[in-house]
Amino acid sequence: MSQSKDQYGLYPGCSLGATARAYMQSTEAVSKVLGLTLKEIEDWNCCGASEYVSVNSVAAYSLIARNLSLAAQEGLTDVVAPCNMCYLNLHKVDGYMSKYPKVNRQVNQALAAGGLYYNADSVHVRHLLDVVVEDIGCEAIAEKVTRPLKGLRVAPYYGCLLTRPESRYNAEYPTHLDELLQALGATVVDFPLKTQCCGGHMTQISEQTAYEMIRRILHGAAENEADAIVTICPMCQLNLDAFQPQVNHMFKTNFRLPILYFTQTMGLAFGLSNKELGIGSEITSAKAALRKIGQEEPEQPKPKKKRDKKALPMPPLS
Amino acid sequence: MPDNGTGESFLERIVAATPGGEALVDCLQCGTCGGSCPSAADMDTTPRGLFAMISAGMEDEVLSSNTPWYCVSCYYCMVRCPQEIPITSIMYTLKRIALARGHYHKDAHVDWSKSFISFVEQNGRAFELGAMTLFGLHNPFAIVKQGGLGIQMITKGRMPPIPERIHNMPQLNAILAEAKRIAAEEEV
Repeated sequence: MSQSKDQYGLYPGCSLGATARAYMQSTEAVSKVLGLTLKEIEDWNCCGASEYVSVNSVAAYSLIARNLSLAAQEGLTDVVAPCNMCYLNLHKVDGYMSKYPKVNRQVNQALAAGGLYYNADSVHVRHLLDVVVEDIGCEAIAEKVTRPLKGLRVAPYYGCLLTRPESRYNAEYPTHLDELLQALGATVVDFPLKTQCCGGHMTQISEQTAYEMIRRILHGAAENEADAIVTICPMCQLNLDAFQPQVNHMFKTNFRLPILYFTQTMGLAFGLSNKELGIGSEITSAKAALRKIGQEEPEQPKPKKKRDKKALPMPPLS
Repeated sequence: MPDNGTGESFLERIVAATPGGEALVDCLQCGTCGGSCPSAADMDTTPRGLFAMISAGMEDEVLSSNTPWYCVSCYYCMVRCPQEIPITSIMYTLKRIALARGHYHKDAHVDWSKSFISFVEQNGRAFELGAMTLFGLHNPFAIVKQGGLGIQMITKGRMPPIPERIHNMPQLNAILAEAKRIAAEEEV
């Protein structure tokens, strides 16, 4: 475990202000508990996701490098990205500029048109999970746990881009999220699909392709009797959560797996409220899972409707 | 097979436009890439097959293949390739060449990429609701199928109705204009 830094640069990425607002809220909430200082990069821009590089590589790399340059200007040596896609893009372009003189020349020439420069390797790009596990450490996190997630069965889902193509962790079977969830008191289920792809942007392009990929992951977690899947990426959360009803419809399945951000599970174990953690904005309800750890009121049996004697003689609907 | 007036073959062009692309000539045709690919079932040719076609100079066939467009960018093939070929990056390069030539498969999601990028270029930030609406103008079917989900996302506060914009747009515009000029000049 290395030492936690006084301050980290934060590259939130566009999703954390929109589809993944709950990820931002829970990140802020647990950072307070952990004493983690995240300083948002002033005037950061979108990383282009996987779209820009499909159209124009120099423009895509330059778009990304503007963020690295702004962070370096602010003196932020460690930049944290909570999103796997943003993490990969920032990390990749820094690496390209360091390794390939042609990319370095092209990008710096483009940056110069905006009065900027970036010296490759001057910013260390990190994923939020990496900072939490490596710099803070599971032991220190376990000490902050006031309400262990006892009895909650979770499937740790890493997705693709944190461990591939380049990483300090095992590309196919990482375990650091597993260890974190264990430190929170949860039961980590076996989950062989933990680094399989959620389908990325294919939900917009080819439903058949995307929904089959989502189905596999939900099936894998359900087979291992998980109460929830824990994710570290806005895209994974969106695909598994928001498209779950469509997947159920297409494959005639009945998955009801809530998809929580790892920061939300940390917050729950730290005793924070649903509201502070943005819980409730899922499309696939997390209530059943939360009831297992006493975070939700037990389900009240619905009062039976009295039959209206004046009504037509129809059989009751339920 | 020179094709663009520079005397470069199709293979050389791909290599030049891909960081680390020179490893492509080392392909062993082992098929680990296709075997690792989660969306290979929807591709008309596996990456292995595509690389053999590139070596054989089958430019038209490669560019009109649906393979790069079904790549989900999961990087499984890339970490498993025994020759360390940057396969995912090559898929991006093939998309760029196909787009630049206007020669691509009918399943190519050009509209989606372009809708997404147009908002990034306008505001410096992505705008999902806008991208989905713009994409929907070209694909009304998508709106019919995903409109309900969009409404749920809006009511859950997960799809802001107004795009965010960065302060220094002139700076970003200048950087992107220069980058595009370099890309056009150096054909990357």
